Amino acid sequence: MRRILATLKIAGRALRRNKLRTLLTTLGMIIGVGAVIAMVGIGNGAKSQIEAQIASMGQNVVLVFSGSFSRGGVRSGWGGAGTLTIDDSEGILREIPGVVAVSPEIRTRAQIAAGSQNWNTSIQGESPEYFDIRQWPIITGSSFTAQDVRSANKVAVIGKTIADQLFPGEDPIGQVVRVKNVPFIILGMLTPKGLSVQGQDQDDLIIVPYTSAMKRVQRVTTLGSIIVQAAKPTLLNPVQQQIIELLRQNHKITPGKDDDFTVRNQQEIAEMATAQSKTMTLLLAAIAMVSLVVGGIGIMNIMLVSVTERTREIGIRMAIGARGRDILLQFLIEAVTLSLIGGILGIGSGFGVSKLIAAKTSWPTLVPSEWVVYAFLVSASVGIFFGFYPARKASQLDPIDALRYE
Amino acid sequence: MNAVIQLQEVHKIYHTGSVDVHAVRGVSAEIQAGEFVAIMGASGSGKSTLMNIIGCLDRSTKGHYLLDGTDVSQLNRDALADIRNQKIGFIFQGFNLLSRTSALENVELPMLYSKDHLSGREQRERATNALGTVGLAERADHHPNQLSGGQQQRVAIARALVNQPALLLADEPTGNLDSQTSIEIMGVFQSLNEKGMTIVMVTHELDIARYTKRNLIMRDGRIVSDTPVAQRLNAETELRALRDAQQAVKLTV
Repeated sequence: MRRILATLKIAGRALRRNKLRTLLTTLGMIIGVGAVIAMVGIGNGAKSQIEAQIASMGQNVVLVFSGSFSRGGVRSGWGGAGTLTIDDSEGILREIPGVVAVSPEIRTRAQIAAGSQNWNTSIQGESPEYFDIRQWPIITGSSFTAQDVRSANKVAVIGKTIADQLFPGEDPIGQVVRVKNVPFIILGMLTPKGLSVQGQDQDDLIIVPYTSAMKRVQRVTTLGSIIVQAAKPTLLNPVQQQIIELLRQNHKITPGKDDDFTVRNQQEIAEMATAQSKTMTLLLAAIAMVSLVVGGIGIMNIMLVSVTERTREIGIRMAIGARGRDILLQFLIEAVTLSLIGGILGIGSGFGVSKLIAAKTSWPTLVPSEWVVYAFLVSASVGIFFGFYPARKASQLDPIDALRYE
Repeated sequence: MNAVIQLQEVHKIYHTGSVDVHAVRGVSAEIQAGEFVAIMGASGSGKSTLMNIIGCLDRSTKGHYLLDGTDVSQLNRDALADIRNQKIGFIFQGFNLLSRTSALENVELPMLYSKDHLSGREQRERATNALGTVGLAERADHHPNQLSGGQQQRVAIARALVNQPALLLADEPTGNLDSQTSIEIMGVFQSLNEKGMTIVMVTHELDIARYTKRNLIMRDGRIVSDTPVAQRLNAETELRALRDAQQAVKLTV
């Protein structure tokens, strides 16, 4: 133990003697480890954002979109054709086991106004279950009820942005907001969610009963989509299958014909999103690995130079009784110290870079603490791996030859 | 008296390419504890090779070498390293101190590789004592480049003494020094020898050899002469004489 401590001291002194060289040698490791940490930070930040976004869709959710239509070669995109009806939505809830809630949905954008203020925002028609499915509680006031849906009452729940824009400094609850000139009474305000990954303001919306949206705002009889909640994650696939069967039957689609709707479950969406970020992370990690290897080779190179330069010193140490192992340890510790200095500075600079990216791009980064440990261990291993050959070379020198070396 | 060094028909053959170089051809000798021996010879006589074998830096090709009672001719690298550490103190022509390392730390170095683990304080204490023995206690913090040649060689002697070896080996210890400093170093050796230290040194300077007690002359890998020194020089007397001579020509005051 004392021997290792003393050897550490020798290594430290040797490194301090050539400060510039030490710094330049560790630069490779600094860049390598820094790159790994920054990449992991970026990758993880993106991943946690995607996860949060998917979680904000609600738990165990299956989405049913109305089909697209095509007129004169122009296709509308999902939800454009309005092939889904309230009957479809009620059928799904009634007939498919494992479905615990549905929210028929209709979305549009429109100008809304209150007093002298007006604002263009997203209007969503939903059922009262929507707030449960998306786990999006009302912060003040209350939600609308099933009764409001049945009577297509002119009531609304608003996001925080609407309150800020239309009722600055006022309590919006109980106030009237005109949507396409139809007056709606505000019942409640949603918990603010902030910006999405894409930078969209998630609080810039107004939610009304879907019946009200259909009859009073949009004047349509069909739905854009249906949000279905399954009881547990394992039911997502069976529920999806049964929705497809039920809707094909309801829509009288003969076998061989394409669906006039699309069903996606949350798992699929999550997988698609994470697959992308995984590929990205892998690519970045590969680049970072290459720079680690380059850093390691730099250390090996300088250690070989150092062994040659200090051949005489090695000879002296051997003459006064150092075993091969002592010399091996001395140079190995020196290499590991080099790589660890690089590793630690790399971790620091990696954190710095990821913080900088977070600040400059509003793209949150997140370095998990276990990666700091990994980075530390990896840099130690790089030191051992690339330091071993030079150290072994030093330890196998012949003491007489080493002493005579000029 | 027990022999510190027993050489029995020691041979050393170097295989360099197709030619075999027979550097040492059957040397037998005994050196007792407390002796002060100079090995002399022209270059190529095999004295350096013999010195390397005695110093356990090299192994003989044939024959036996007993150091302090143990046969070291068949030991492996690690065991030889331990012998060098425990039983032998080395002094080189070129001092071979670690540069940019203080005198004290240079002297502590052999204890770093020693099997009996001393505490940092004990190491410091022993190193300071060893430096005191060679009269350099007040220069402990100096680095080799701040010391004169004679002082550097004294540090090297202190380093050789610090593990309390059975044998002090010096390879041309005065080769890089002027005559006065050479005599000073021989004075250090003589006083160590008086305290019982066995010393073997290689030199090609006849006058330096006259400070020792016994001279071995080598030629072509063999010992050709083994004589006790008849008119032994005393370093103190010589130094005094030298100083008187210098004063006479007003070199010093």
